[in-house]
Amino acid sequence: MVAAVEAAVPSAVRDGKLDRGEVTLEIAPGQIVEVCRFLKAEQQFERLSGVTAVDWHPAEPRFEVIYHLHAVGRNLRLRLKCRLSGEAPELDSVALVWRSANWYEREVFDLFGVVFRGHPDLRRILMPDNWVGHPLRKDYPVHGYKYSYADPES
Amino acid sequence: MSDPPIDAPQPAAGPRRMTLNLGPQHPSTHGVLRLMAELDGETIVTADCEIGYLHTGIEKQCEQQLYQQVVTLTDRVDYLAPLSNNLCYCLAVERLVGLEIPPRAQWMRVLLTELTRLNSHLVWLGTHALDVGAMSVFLYCFREREDLLRIFERFSGQRMMTSYFRIGGLALEPPRGWQGVVEKFIDAFPSRVDEYEDLLTKNPIWLRRTRGVGGVSLADMLDYGVTGPMLRAAGLAWDIRKAEPYTGYEQFDFEIPTRREGDIYARYQVRVEEMRQSARIVRQALEGMPAGPWKADAPGVVLPDRAQMKTEMEALIYHFKIVTEGFRVAAGEVYQVIESPRGELGYYVVSDGTARPCRVHIRGPSFGNLQALPQMIEGRIIADTVAVLGSMDFVLGDVDR
Repeated sequence: MVAAVEAAVPSAVRDGKLDRGEVTLEIAPGQIVEVCRFLKAEQQFERLSGVTAVDWHPAEPRFEVIYHLHAVGRNLRLRLKCRLSGEAPELDSVALVWRSANWYEREVFDLFGVVFRGHPDLRRILMPDNWVGHPLRKDYPVHGYKYSYADPES
Repeated sequence: MSDPPIDAPQPAAGPRRMTLNLGPQHPSTHGVLRLMAELDGETIVTADCEIGYLHTGIEKQCEQQLYQQVVTLTDRVDYLAPLSNNLCYCLAVERLVGLEIPPRAQWMRVLLTELTRLNSHLVWLGTHALDVGAMSVFLYCFREREDLLRIFERFSGQRMMTSYFRIGGLALEPPRGWQGVVEKFIDAFPSRVDEYEDLLTKNPIWLRRTRGVGGVSLADMLDYGVTGPMLRAAGLAWDIRKAEPYTGYEQFDFEIPTRREGDIYARYQVRVEEMRQSARIVRQALEGMPAGPWKADAPGVVLPDRAQMKTEMEALIYHFKIVTEGFRVAAGEVYQVIESPRGELGYYVVSDGTARPCRVHIRGPSFGNLQALPQMIEGRIIADTVAVLGSMDFVLGDVDR
């Protein structure tokens, strides 16, 4: 698998590991779309099971964006991982590769504040539109900030 | 009354469009889904889902709890299939820790998750038929569901938020006489399914409301992330219980029902057949239930028996340690999937080596399924929307988490 990806998209795979029966490939953030296109078209990964993220605050690079791919016919699962640093991380969107990525990327944007470049409709999905902050970041307090329930426009 | 000013905006030429706001408080949305549909007459031109009304921050809460405390949170994700969520989380952590689960606990898990599937499908069938106008099916389904909830109560003390599966096995020893109760239910159940089918399968109104409605091509469904019975109704024989067996499903004999049409009627047929298959699995689990312990022998992770705790110093210490400070889990990550009543349920658990999970992501099947909704209703009339919503069988707790 690593060799196939490496041949198609040179220098995209930074690291690969097999742990507890699950394969994880760490992909260079700039090449994620290219790798996903290749895996969908050439390796039958027709399903994107989900996109999520992990915040390793205060370590750097702070964010990991995680893609769970699934090839139904081959009965094979694969995890891709991109590491991003900084307060305002950005990554290219794969919503044009799999349409299911649309909502998953919106969720990661909403809860972690990762901006997906080229996403067709990037806005909050679970939190209200006027929410401040990204709740699943580790530096966001569990009980939230003081929030006024009054309508800000009235 | 004066005439309006002559420079008042005139209605735009062309078809008259109207935006209809369905929900978030609408009975056919089965929870708090808001659907904004742009209508041309009664035909839906575009539709957009607004979710998040039931977002409770469960994933954030999970990061604050000890590993064993998270189990009670997982009940609240998909409140129609609490045991499936318990199971998926426990399997994920058990893989992280490397626990070996005794066969009796595994079989009991199979038995109870299949009863959960029946419970969930009964709610789906009852409410779906009610939405489309068949009231009596709802009453029949909830009659059987009541029996199931009583069984869950007998096992765990709770009707809905069971938390009966724990890391390493079960929460309690199965209650005395459980076989009789389950057997009585499972003996009667196939004929009950016949009753539902009598009311619906050849009912002309039901057929006209469901046949040829809401279908999307299989390739589109895969692309949108749809899983479970909806995918099987479109022709893909993919069931995680067979493809990636967990908790001993490979030892059971059952079939994966599929249809080709992909419409609401096909989904109905698939789920009804799934109920019959689940009943088959429950019977096999009941008859072949192995003897032995109902939790793993892992003193630092699984709570000791009550009697042991009262008589042995070592057991008391382990009990105290687990309850007060939990157990450490080696750093790593696991993505565990199971076939929930709604489709692929995945728990992605990341450990950083402490006693609390670093991250728990819940891949709820309803979230992926709901994304395909606009595709299914665009170009159809409003009344079809209600039928399609019912056939999708989503749970908003599972969507919003």
